[in-house]
Amino acid sequence: MGAIFTFSIFQSALELGCIYSLVALALFISFSILNIADLSTDGCFTLGCAVGAMVTMSGHPFLAFPAAMAAGVCSGFVTAFLQTKMGVPSILAGIIVNTGLYTINIAVMGFSSNINLFGCDTIFSLAKEVSETEWYGNWYKIVIVAAIVLITGVILAWFLNTRLGLSIRATGDNEYMVRASSINPVFTITVGLCAANSLTALSGAVLAQYQKSCDINLGTGMVTIALASLIIGETLIGKGGMFKKVVGVILGSCLYRFIVAIALRLSVPAECLKLVSALIVAFAIAFPYLKGQAAFYKTRRMPLGIGERNGKGGDNIC
Amino acid sequence: MLKLKMISKVFNPGTVNEKKALDHVNLELADGDFATIVGSNGAGKSTLFNAVTGSFYVDEGQIILAGEDITYRKEHIRSKEIGHLFQDPLKGSAPHMTIEENMALAYLRASTASHAYFSRISRKEKQMFREQLSLLDMGLEDRMKQPVGLLSGGQRQALTLLMATMVTPKILLLDEHTAALDPSTAQKVLELTRRIVAERRITCLMVTHNMHQALELGNRTLMMDGGRIVLDVQGEEREKMTVDDLLARFKDQAGRQLDNDRILLS
Repeated sequence: MGAIFTFSIFQSALELGCIYSLVALALFISFSILNIADLSTDGCFTLGCAVGAMVTMSGHPFLAFPAAMAAGVCSGFVTAFLQTKMGVPSILAGIIVNTGLYTINIAVMGFSSNINLFGCDTIFSLAKEVSETEWYGNWYKIVIVAAIVLITGVILAWFLNTRLGLSIRATGDNEYMVRASSINPVFTITVGLCAANSLTALSGAVLAQYQKSCDINLGTGMVTIALASLIIGETLIGKGGMFKKVVGVILGSCLYRFIVAIALRLSVPAECLKLVSALIVAFAIAFPYLKGQAAFYKTRRMPLGIGERNGKGGDNIC
Repeated sequence: MLKLKMISKVFNPGTVNEKKALDHVNLELADGDFATIVGSNGAGKSTLFNAVTGSFYVDEGQIILAGEDITYRKEHIRSKEIGHLFQDPLKGSAPHMTIEENMALAYLRASTASHAYFSRISRKEKQMFREQLSLLDMGLEDRMKQPVGLLSGGQRQALTLLMATMVTPKILLLDEHTAALDPSTAQKVLELTRRIVAERRITCLMVTHNMHQALELGNRTLMMDGGRIVLDVQGEEREKMTVDDLLARFKDQAGRQLDNDRILLS
């Protein structure tokens, strides 16, 4: 039990945390900003993974990312179209798209339920060849993943401060205001969901190259995990500008991976991991509420203190 | 400026809840007119506003704003030219965004170019927002980076008014915008409204439940009942009118007492 944190655990938690933080950023757009629970996340993640893997397999490791993102945009567009133009409630729209994506994902993968990329060039294998030094050999994966997340995060934070970004944020913040100003909610919701799903798919594509395989069930439960990361991040950072919030979401995702790594280290069997995730999510969401409750009980149990503050002294209270 | 030709709207047609909210309403507002509207509960005042802003499309009739037929124009396109303030001060601004960001959104109406989508708030604009905020005399110009959710109701309503008139609208609709504020704040916001409307000669429609205000503010008073405009006074006739006259006229027209649970007679 000596070292709960070995170096390699720390390393892989950081790598996975960065990769999955892209999904958390996607939910940051759809769930936190647009106030829409986008349940197509699971399917979209697998879609990104499948498209990324197929393009990588055909010998274009770099093209895999824009291709996966384009696929994500399409998926997001369908979800948005269903809820803005077809009158489908937003949760249902996500579920419908998610269901449909299963077939599409299988089709993308050439009607097999998993593919592997052993022997194909990936950005990781290409980057590994750049330098032979030992330090680089240990860290090149993190460097690449962190660079991708950093670039995405900066672009996202910048985008959310442009006029279009402001309009998207207002759409989720106050629907009355949006109707009274010249913002077209159909347009902003569509752009928001397309952006969110492109990030989800990008995450899938990075993961495909990272673990050199793609499986049809890879995305299952992704929405819960991303939500946990998002909420941990928001609890960590609290209030602040867009840039600070984006950083918080990325940190939250890494922290979530550390928690999972610790759980695994404490010999929680791998089959129980989904239950552990669910517990972490439930706790992360409940935590701010419980904190408030605890503060309330504390005040209630101390009428004496209040009496003193009012200058009456404590003796007349029994 | 605004012309309503025989507009009608029935809610829940064919059900027991059928309600004729607007019944062939005719109204013509001249450029720079400032009309107040009073009426009983459910008379159709807010429905009239919603018809103009485009929350729903009217069943019959035509809405013409500045010579253009906007009857079937989409809500977000109309709102480029219409300022709308609600009774609830929380409805007019986005609470989790800063004062500056809210104002930038309102200023979006000014630009029609699509490249503006990806532009950020410029320093020049920040300066302009600051100057406009300082006119409110509420100290908001030093709180531009704070989220709007931290402001009081009166401050939020004043900000909303500023946002609605930042790009001069062709018509300003005020739906009891001071009713939810405490008396002194309400007075301040009303004073601000009067000043902005007068300075820019904005055509304005204002719903109020304060009878005194209805006669004192603006140049025209309308009274609504049962989805119709039952009284329309202006000019000399209006100047001589007292609150009692107004109530008596309502009784003549509608055949019953004015009943509005929030009416203020003083």
